[in-house]
Amino acid sequence: MSVFKDAGHLFRFAGLFVLAFLVFLVVRHFVVPKSFGQYGHYRGAAIGEIAARPAKYAGHESCESCHADVLDVKKTGKHAHVNCEACHGPQAQHAGDPASATPAKLDTAVLCARCHAASAAKPKGFPQVAPEDHSMGLACETCHKPHSPGLDAPIQEAGGAK
Amino acid sequence: MKITRRQMLILLPAAAVAWESVLAGTPEEAPNYKLTEHWWGMLIDIPKCIGCGNCVRACQAENDVPEGFFRTWVERYHVSDENMTNPQVISPGGGKEGFPVAQEDAGKYFFVPKMCNHCADSPCTQVCPVGATFISPDGVVLVDQTYCLGCAYCVQACPYGCRYIHPQKKVADKCTLCYHRITKGLTTACCEACPTGARQLADLKNPKDPIHEFLKTHSVQVLKPQMATGAKAFYYGLDGSVR
Repeated sequence: MSVFKDAGHLFRFAGLFVLAFLVFLVVRHFVVPKSFGQYGHYRGAAIGEIAARPAKYAGHESCESCHADVLDVKKTGKHAHVNCEACHGPQAQHAGDPASATPAKLDTAVLCARCHAASAAKPKGFPQVAPEDHSMGLACETCHKPHSPGLDAPIQEAGGAK
Repeated sequence: MKITRRQMLILLPAAAVAWESVLAGTPEEAPNYKLTEHWWGMLIDIPKCIGCGNCVRACQAENDVPEGFFRTWVERYHVSDENMTNPQVISPGGGKEGFPVAQEDAGKYFFVPKMCNHCADSPCTQVCPVGATFISPDGVVLVDQTYCLGCAYCVQACPYGCRYIHPQKKVADKCTLCYHRITKGLTTACCEACPTGARQLADLKNPKDPIHEFLKTHSVQVLKPQMATGAKAFYYGLDGSVR
């Protein structure tokens, strides 16, 4: 035991290190969020928090559950694959409680032109018109029903726009 | 049982570590959503994009993106006949209200919707000094805004310019791939609002996802592949001039 005769001060010193380590663990316990490191070097609970936000676009399936009549018209025409909220905007509030919010009436002069105003930059196959030449100021819905925009036969017979 | 002081000193830290893992508890997940069963990406079909800006408006409405900042935006490229190596790129207001009419038919025009590429080896998450930004187990690059310091290292690190510092919150903000929607079975706001189907959410771990058929039968490209970011925004019909 002669080796350890004067080792008492070394153990006391080591004890200080152990104490410091314990203090570190206690502080760490309080300052590091509980879920930190659950999946990686970040707070795991953040994933759930980000996922919990409410949506504003209801998704076309919600619309279809009530507005089947519009869907029947839409699926026969060229706009079959355009989702309702692409034109009508975010409607989650309306979908959740139809009385609480009514979708705004849309201005076809702005709305139709966003996609269909002619521009050399647009893909060639996409239907485009120069609005001022095409309709001479008439509102688009005079001839085209937005949900199924193909022309009714009489307009074409009368020499209407192509 | 008699415990000596030394044994006690060894046991205490071990007990603290064990207690820590007990407190962490089990992961919080949406009822029918399993983090490990998804690996999200996006398909962008350039020949279908008409530059209407619906995606930009939908993203801003869905995510309360502050005015003048963009989580997604649309660029219009014009590669002229005279100067083919220097394309002219415009994105007025992120393409939110569409683009000026292009009369000139010289050269080629095309639209490139841009957004976070949700890189599998993302440079932005690697530089975060505090672990506030991360790639989730289902492949979405997210920001923990309660943890972010706003140092903007990630804003500099992103090679695609997809991040910004939120002017009010003063923390990093970016596309979440509408994480609050895709975990509930909805598609992203930009995909929902796209009238031509130029943007499609893709679950790369789900072989039943119809996008798999497209990815299997078409050549797709990612932006800046030389940076080896593992980008998961796949572009179909991407021109070599796109930067």
